[in-house]
Amino acid sequence: MKSSVIIFPGSNCDRDMDVALKKFGFKNKMVWHNDNVIPKSDLVVLPGGFSYGDYLRCGSIAAKSNIINSVIEFANKGGLVIGICNGFQILIETGLVNGALLRNKYLKFICKNVFVKANKTQNKYFNKIKKDILELHIAHNDGNYFCSEDDLKLIQDNDQIAVEYCDINGEVSEKSNPNGSMKNIAGVFNKKKNILGMMPHPERVIDNCLSSNDGSYFFENLLSNMK
Amino acid sequence: MKIKVIVTPKNGVLDPQGKAIQQTLNSMNFIDVSEVRQGKYFEIETDLKDEKDAKKNVEDMCKKLLANLVIEDYKIL
Repeated sequence: MKSSVIIFPGSNCDRDMDVALKKFGFKNKMVWHNDNVIPKSDLVVLPGGFSYGDYLRCGSIAAKSNIINSVIEFANKGGLVIGICNGFQILIETGLVNGALLRNKYLKFICKNVFVKANKTQNKYFNKIKKDILELHIAHNDGNYFCSEDDLKLIQDNDQIAVEYCDINGEVSEKSNPNGSMKNIAGVFNKKKNILGMMPHPERVIDNCLSSNDGSYFFENLLSNMK
Repeated sequence: MKIKVIVTPKNGVLDPQGKAIQQTLNSMNFIDVSEVRQGKYFEIETDLKDEKDAKKNVEDMCKKLLANLVIEDYKIL
């Protein structure tokens, strides 16, 4: 399977993502934001970081970069697109997924491991995943998911909530909500569920020598669902 | 010509920065302050000569980049 990771000025999780994708068997290429065309890919990843220094709104400038039109075209044709952290913010700003990401409720940059509950129904990312309560890492200032009541109803009715913050037992409550996100939303799909935007970083937890190995379940499962 | 734009969080959207500013003002003895909403202010220098055209153009900019209409309102001054 072929993947492409887009590098924006200020991306800082692009190489971690490259290492993770290659570790689990993807043939990955790095793609510069100023290019116009993405190489032939089965998966496109918008990585975490601080593209354009988070100027204006996180992800807003990157969402207008040269490469984005071909990412949108790829996504509209049903191609798999993942946006992690700043990548999620970029997806939001392109309008490929619904909602907005506000400043964290208590105004703190949050950098820690959290548990998230994955939605396994009808999507290539989590369907059949061996573990659905995952310990992943978050590191963000603006991850407080918000959308209008109408949009919330739409994404709930269409089962588009991809991952929710929860505790170690999978209980979703205000106590396990690190940043004030509506309904503990840590990530969402688009309507067709070929696009996944989420704040937690699976690429940071792919080895037992790290603080968690649960990202491995994510990548292994995704690759096996893509075959 | 210079066009000025203000972008503010929509009513009902949590504004944690505004909240922190309000609490700080309260702690500085500005006890009358019951709410602060923080926004952004832009000054846009344009080569267009007609004010109506320029404002129309800036409105397009607001919708496409300067404001995120899910969470923000804009006002062209």
